[in-house]
Amino acid sequence: MSSAPAYNFAYLDEQTKRMIRRALLKAVAIPGYQVPFASREMPMPYGWGTGGVQVTASILGPDDVLKVIDQGSDDTTNAVSIRKFFIKTAGVRTTTSTREATVIQTRHRIPETALGADQILVFQVPIPEPLRFLEPRETETRRMHALADYGLMHVKLYEDIARHGHIATTYAYPVKVDERYVMDPSPTPKFDNPKMNDCAALQLFGAGREKRVYAVPPYTRVESLDFEDHPFERYRRDGTCVLCGTNDSFLDEVITDDRGGRMFVCSDTDYCEIRRSRPAAAPAMARDHE
Amino acid sequence: MYVAAKGGEKAIENAHRLLAHERRGDPSIPELSLEQIKEQLRLAVDRVMCEGSLYDRELAAVAIKQARGDLIEAIFLLRAFRATLPRFGGSEPVDTGAMTVGRRISAAFKDLPGGQVLGPTFDYTHRLLDSEGASAMEPECAQAITAMPRVTDILAADDLIEQSPRSRPDGRVGDLTQDPLNFPADRDVRLQNLARGDEGFLLALGYSTQRGYGRTHPFAGEIRLGEVMIEFVPQELGFPVPLGEITVTECQMINQFRGSATEPARFTRGYGLTFGHSERKAMAMALVDRALRARELGEDIKAPAQDEEFVLSHTDNVQATGFVEHLKLPHHVDFQAELGLLRRLRSEFKPEREAAHVVEEAAE
Repeated sequence: MSSAPAYNFAYLDEQTKRMIRRALLKAVAIPGYQVPFASREMPMPYGWGTGGVQVTASILGPDDVLKVIDQGSDDTTNAVSIRKFFIKTAGVRTTTSTREATVIQTRHRIPETALGADQILVFQVPIPEPLRFLEPRETETRRMHALADYGLMHVKLYEDIARHGHIATTYAYPVKVDERYVMDPSPTPKFDNPKMNDCAALQLFGAGREKRVYAVPPYTRVESLDFEDHPFERYRRDGTCVLCGTNDSFLDEVITDDRGGRMFVCSDTDYCEIRRSRPAAAPAMARDHE
Repeated sequence: MYVAAKGGEKAIENAHRLLAHERRGDPSIPELSLEQIKEQLRLAVDRVMCEGSLYDRELAAVAIKQARGDLIEAIFLLRAFRATLPRFGGSEPVDTGAMTVGRRISAAFKDLPGGQVLGPTFDYTHRLLDSEGASAMEPECAQAITAMPRVTDILAADDLIEQSPRSRPDGRVGDLTQDPLNFPADRDVRLQNLARGDEGFLLALGYSTQRGYGRTHPFAGEIRLGEVMIEFVPQELGFPVPLGEITVTECQMINQFRGSATEPARFTRGYGLTFGHSERKAMAMALVDRALRARELGEDIKAPAQDEEFVLSHTDNVQATGFVEHLKLPHHVDFQAELGLLRRLRSEFKPEREAAHVVEEAAE
């Protein structure tokens, strides 16, 4: 067809970008508060990162260097697809290096390498409401946030302990931001939760289908919910990466046969590659996770 | 003067003639062939076969053409034909572990034996309208597919997921096309109901479980698409003979773990299987199957997707469209009766306020 439509820089039109930036400014001003925004139909399906893509599209400038990860890896299919989307629609430089990127869009992980003040981390969020699985109605959960009525969440965590002996939430583990709003960190493994606390980078969260954005400004307090006698515990599989030998990163389990064979590799591929290319410097690369 | 409508027979005949005319469209445009539908609208054919409960690409193509692309109408056509077919018996259970795989992905593991095989998928396309891209492209030759154990079997080997339920000793499974639906329904009948059920309805129900109305913590353990062999044991032979291959899509969801004082915690399963390439349907089916196991797993039944009677009674789009659209039929006898009652109620109605109002007016 000769009438090929033309798209603006980074796909979205400038009015849409302005609308999203306004929502983001409000989100930064009220850390952890879910700001409704007029989410657009994007050329990828809902649930595949339309929120993150809209946030990235509205903050991206021609000089930015973009990194896209899914499950910690630059190579996973959805990360490849989103990266290609921005190469095609924005023509920005892309990278797999966490250090080099100015904007990192992520699904389900926070990079192992500590982020700096000149970086923005954009999360793709499926269900922004941390109370959703306790109370399905939006009218009710908004009221609960307004009143800071988070008793239900503590009851849920308590019931987990009573039933299983542990808090049975392993990912999307709820956090309290700036001592006010309970927030869903997106479905990252709870291993990543401490990285959100006092982070130098701006953290933006986009939920396209649910039409919400929220934010954690730099150097903001982010606490994982817990009890005095059952403190929050970080979990990682006790093992080492077969590729780089690290024993402090979050690991993916790879099944090697159907007779119980398995091995573990870093989920963060950039972290793993840096360690492999500079084995001598490897220990220094590990971020100090309390 | 209003005259009561007569001559229904002639009107119906004319409507049918008009339908045939409309179906053909502009006669200067070449007519769609069944081969074109079968080859180029494969996913429509797959959906019609699945919800029509009849694996026949040819007939599904005929139905789609006859129904002018209305897939529920096409499903209806296929179902009505299927109901007339003689029944020889039930096949052996298909072994999806032995599938000739065309696509296989697991969201639960980064890599696994046999690998992640993307196959033909819209998943990573950008939805930018591109009429040129809709034309043919030659794929690069795919590498030979190696053995592919099912993810759930691998987890089951470590006892991390509940075992698949065993077949009944007599090998019998329920069949909704032979016996009416009764409640409570067993899982075999529920799965048959879901497999025949409307894709859109199951999609919405499955989606509702993801949004908190009956949450099941799903992981797409594995989705596989490919050919499986159908085998049948004729009574006179007593051993299975192959009848041929069919294409199916299977989805095994890994869900919320469960344990008790006597049993260690294990993941639970949700299962979806469809004819042809129908991933959305297979995934939605697996979500709803798991939600409907609430009773069996001792979970609170609070959400629509967990309510067996509600779900199973409303999945069938041929039933649903029939009953919704039957409202188009004349109902004037009943309506007359209602109208009569309403008029009587209104004539007997004397509001107190109205009476007071009349008195006020008189005083002015």
